[in-house]
Amino acid sequence: MSATTAINESINAMTKQTSKAGGIGAKATQISRDFFQWLLPPLFGMMMLISVWIVISYQSPNLPGPLPTWHSAVELFSDPFYRNSLNDQGIGWNILASLERVGLGFSLAALVGIPLGFIIGRFQFMSRMAAPIIGILRPVSPLAWLPIGLLVFKAANPAAIWVIFISAIWPMIINTAVGVSKVPQDYMNVARVLNLSEWKIVTKILFPFVLPYMMTGVRLSIGVAWLVIVAAEMLTGGVGIGFWVWDEWNNLNVEHIIIAIFVVGIVGLALELVLTSIAKKFSYE
Amino acid sequence: MTKIAQEKYVQLENVNMSFTTKKGTFDALKDINLNIREGEFISIIGHSGCGKSTVLNLIAGLLNPTQGNLFCAGREIGGPGPERAVVFQNHSLLPWLTCFENVYLAVERVFGATEQKDVLREKTKAVIDLVGLSHASDKRPNEISGGMKQRVGIARALAMEPKVLLLDEPFGALDALTRAHLQDELMSIMDKSGCTAVMVTHDVDEAVLLSDRIVMMTNGPSATIGEILEVELDRPRKRLALAEDGHYNHLRSKVLKFLYERHAKKAA
Repeated sequence: MSATTAINESINAMTKQTSKAGGIGAKATQISRDFFQWLLPPLFGMMMLISVWIVISYQSPNLPGPLPTWHSAVELFSDPFYRNSLNDQGIGWNILASLERVGLGFSLAALVGIPLGFIIGRFQFMSRMAAPIIGILRPVSPLAWLPIGLLVFKAANPAAIWVIFISAIWPMIINTAVGVSKVPQDYMNVARVLNLSEWKIVTKILFPFVLPYMMTGVRLSIGVAWLVIVAAEMLTGGVGIGFWVWDEWNNLNVEHIIIAIFVVGIVGLALELVLTSIAKKFSYE
Repeated sequence: MTKIAQEKYVQLENVNMSFTTKKGTFDALKDINLNIREGEFISIIGHSGCGKSTVLNLIAGLLNPTQGNLFCAGREIGGPGPERAVVFQNHSLLPWLTCFENVYLAVERVFGATEQKDVLREKTKAVIDLVGLSHASDKRPNEISGGMKQRVGIARALAMEPKVLLLDEPFGALDALTRAHLQDELMSIMDKSGCTAVMVTHDVDEAVLLSDRIVMMTNGPSATIGEILEVELDRPRKRLALAEDGHYNHLRSKVLKFLYERHAKKAA
């Protein structure tokens, strides 16, 4: 009798222990699942990219492989902010110069494009008026605007900013206008029944509703602006990541060109992430 | 105010309404004539698509009639106005504003020119208390239940201290228990405020319970008023007592007969 109870107790204790162990095990499997789902695939992707790069660099002796590029990058980023002459400055200055141009062109585009989008979305007449202009001008390659900029501003830097402006403005106009035109009729009926002033309609109904659309436009715009800046600077020269790429091509410093590609990519990704997190803050959902 | 003005507080005179669609013009309403007394509670009932919401939108001033005239307190209705507040079917609260701010928007618009800010806040608070939502005052619409949202919608309309309250299927989207509860509250609020009300509904019990008169609409297109039923039941009305009241059930069956025998809607 007592023997069987003792056995039962020990069995109970054992099952308890195993269930406890199961708990720890579950936590461990959770961590390993996270690892397999979220960490491993990106790592795997990067490894593949690098191995393709290695294979190509073996085939083509002029293309430096990852290791020489890495060494070159370490050297480059050990002194990013030196200034030897106007055309020989650190990578940091070049990135900052490009960001400044993008920032200026993009801000001007936002300043003009967002109110324009509101007006176009709000009044059907304006929308119909703007449709042919937007339809014709939007598909034009941004760089086609560069000669016009050079002609009008008679200087390279404002011309580059102009190109950013003209390429960044369309997504902001279009997305803002689409947002405004999608405001539910219910909300507009509320505005009409309450007899709200146009100012109240804009601040209390249109703006909060359109904000997510607007942020999508802003995100697309900054993406386009950052894409275009490299090409624009290649043509205009001066200080900037685009011109730097061209300069290094003339020096036949291919490592630096590859580094520039990564720098442009990483900065673009960072801009995107910053704007996405801002957009999340403004969402009312 | 003269007796006639009270008898014809809201007046619809030979109102016709057509909409232009891609397939041509669609005649929604034809020859609508209706006089609403001051302080009266009117229900408009009919099958879906019969244009009952259109009648309400015409009184609200959100639509202009193709023909005919509408008057409120002796003045022609030319557009929306604060003396005619609307409770929308789907509450139509602004999701980025709290309940308080949603109501405040209305209060500010109607009384902002004459009153101080603290008076406006006081008014807003009072009307939110009236619908029993002081605890949810600082919540956003997506944080509260459907019944509570509709209470805020009613509060927003009442906050304008309207002369006519227009309700567009106000409880249509609510479950039966919540609906009954809100109907009772609406009745007591209307008894207190004494304002005129026009409610669109498809719920027969709701119409009989709340109304002084029930306007029954024929089916569209070219829908018109088929019959008007006087509901002579004493107020305050008690839901439970009425359930066994012979006259109540008689009225109820009259509406049902109108809807399901004489103007039955063909299966779509």
